[in-house]
Amino acid sequence: MGLESALGEGYLTTKLDALVGWARKNSLWPMPMGLSCCAIELMSAGDPRHDISRYGMEVMRFSPRQSDVMIVAGTVTYKMAHVVRKIYDQMAEPRWVIAMGACASSGGMFRSYSVVQGIDQFLPVDVFTAGCPPRPENLFNALIELQKKVEKSSVLDYRDRKEPIIIS
Amino acid sequence: MNSIIEQVVSGLRERLGDAVEDVREFRDDVIVVLSRDAIVDAATWLRDHEEVPFPLCEDVFGIDAYSRKQRFEVNYHFYSVTKKVRIHLKVRVEEDDAVVPSITAVYPGAGWYERETWDMIGVRFSGHPDLRRAYMPEDYEYHPLRKDYPLMGVPGSIPLPKRG
Repeated sequence: MGLESALGEGYLTTKLDALVGWARKNSLWPMPMGLSCCAIELMSAGDPRHDISRYGMEVMRFSPRQSDVMIVAGTVTYKMAHVVRKIYDQMAEPRWVIAMGACASSGGMFRSYSVVQGIDQFLPVDVFTAGCPPRPENLFNALIELQKKVEKSSVLDYRDRKEPIIIS
Repeated sequence: MNSIIEQVVSGLRERLGDAVEDVREFRDDVIVVLSRDAIVDAATWLRDHEEVPFPLCEDVFGIDAYSRKQRFEVNYHFYSVTKKVRIHLKVRVEEDDAVVPSITAVYPGAGWYERETWDMIGVRFSGHPDLRRAYMPEDYEYHPLRKDYPLMGVPGSIPLPKRG
């Protein structure tokens, strides 16, 4: 307080971590990695009824180079896993991953030779979301939990080493 | 068995003789079991039949009857668009000689079905112009729909990217 009054009007002192975290959390641009029926719920999350833009996340970027959070919505097969990883590798840091729905989180009902039993086998996942598919509200829950995580993360080392968040 | 399909089956018997191993009927579907070498002849004859032509090859797929001596079976479904009848052909092969003549020269559309059968069951089709796998990676060693293939696959047989 003392410093701000010395500098005059228009100045604010804060930590860089807090400022950058605040900016990052309110402009998380998703990469919609829609692979199956969860993608339909992801689309309906963007409709006027559910309105994802309330959280500053309506800018679905179909280019990985412009997006911050990859929402893996759907069943990932072993063949597709390489493509998902390639897209993730093209995203600029800082980047986060949401595993949307049962299939992305654990293979879901596809207990089979062709489906990866959880994308955490080849991607660092930040939030796991339950549901088959999750309602848009549950996706928002995941995004809000991710916002809390992003807000608290450090500028220099954004990836926190803690366990991923599980939305059940 | 209605009179249209009855006529087709008796014609098929007449043409192929002993190559027709069995004729069965199940829920209004007629199933003809053929010996392996007769399948191309039978498909050609059915396709070009004058009164009841079967221009549509609906499906070709394999079955693994694990405990039977002739382990693999390839099924063909042909449909007559004009007469609205369907005929099922079956060809049985043994495991150590799982090769069936391809019918791609008769029905070009059967090519992908035969690729699927090769990929999933492991029956080869001789004379197929491009017998690649349909679904699994090209260098994959196994055939997933065989009964002795584990449900969860063979661990490590399809590599995943590193987590990093």
